[in-house]
Amino acid sequence: MVTALTKDIVKDWLEEVKDPEIPVLSLNDLGVITNIDVSPDHKVVVNMTPTFTGCPAMDVMQQDVKDVLEKRGISDYEVIVSFETQWNSNMISEKGRIALKDFGLAPPPGHDMIVDIDIIERAKCPHCDSEDTEMKTPFGPTLCRSMHYCNSCQQAFEQFKPI
Amino acid sequence: MNQQALKELLYKMADDQLILGHRNSEWTGFGPLLEEDIAFSSMAQDKVGQSWQLFKILNELGESDPDTVAFMRNAEQFHNCQLVELPNGEYDFSLIRHFLFDTAELIRFQMLSESSYEPLANLAKKIKGETKYHSMHAKVWIKQLGSATEESITRLQQSLDLAMPYALGIFEPSTFENELISEGIFAGESALKEQWIPAVTSVLAETDLIMPDLQLLTPQMGGRTGTHTEHLQPLLDEMSEVFKVDPTADW
Repeated sequence: MVTALTKDIVKDWLEEVKDPEIPVLSLNDLGVITNIDVSPDHKVVVNMTPTFTGCPAMDVMQQDVKDVLEKRGISDYEVIVSFETQWNSNMISEKGRIALKDFGLAPPPGHDMIVDIDIIERAKCPHCDSEDTEMKTPFGPTLCRSMHYCNSCQQAFEQFKPI
Repeated sequence: MNQQALKELLYKMADDQLILGHRNSEWTGFGPLLEEDIAFSSMAQDKVGQSWQLFKILNELGESDPDTVAFMRNAEQFHNCQLVELPNGEYDFSLIRHFLFDTAELIRFQMLSESSYEPLANLAKKIKGETKYHSMHAKVWIKQLGSATEESITRLQQSLDLAMPYALGIFEPSTFENELISEGIFAGESALKEQWIPAVTSVLAETDLIMPDLQLLTPQMGGRTGTHTEHLQPLLDEMSEVFKVDPTADW
């Protein structure tokens, strides 16, 4: 007997697709997969939304999703990238936030959709958990990261910036 | 929906983002300090990415594909305001332009997040979140350098006086202004300018810089209808050099 293909199964498959720039973070946990649809005839539609408009990793992520679907034997699929749902950093899951910290990147502070300078400056050091830190610049090595310095352990660190 | 009006709006915004993105990228490797080098490079990446998405909407409305549109047109086919095409100059000029333009850009995309044209409203919601960082970055430096030393204040003031007539050219009204407003696509250039003036004034008020008297200035118009300074064509030539060698190349 063949098990029926469901949304949850597809979601589970996508767990193996990671952010190319942060290889510990799955696309599910990053929050860029906004919808998965499986029609009765097993056509799979995956909707995705970019973290940043100019994020060069988006094409790679989209291709990775396609590769996983093909690897699982799905030939009838569509992977749609759109701004219908806008990504924001609150969409990173709790598991994702822990993965970010383990990777050495401070997870973005939660916000109520209003991001101002106070929120970005409030970064907790991912190495020693100190809150005595200062922001050096909101622009880091990738669009999604800001750069900070910890006054307690005297290490520079990056934060996945709130947006 | 009036497609011509919509396209004109999209083209001018996409061109603004593309050209200023390119100007910002010229700071890569030349920033006055490493953080500013990275900041301008990051903002360049954001703006070029945003222009690409705007060109993509145009493509869906029947225009050519984004690369062709970006690289194969001549200066007179571009609709960016003249402010964004001016050479970077010294850091003080780039900073002032960044402040004046990005303050307007943030308000523009906030307004557009209410647009009746849904693809644009969705994209605008995204862009305004990113532009907030650009606008905050500009404000931080204007506030610091605008009240630092005599040299920094004098240089910024000179750049402000030079840039302001061009900045007013951002708000050059479209021939489709009424259609855009009545169809709820965009609330219009004068509504934007009305919000921009107090936003700029309030930041400058926290510095030793003096807001020029806008009544006495003649806005530098023409960019929106394809009249540009001598600086745009050389910029386009450089930008499209690689693409023009082999437009079909893929890598």
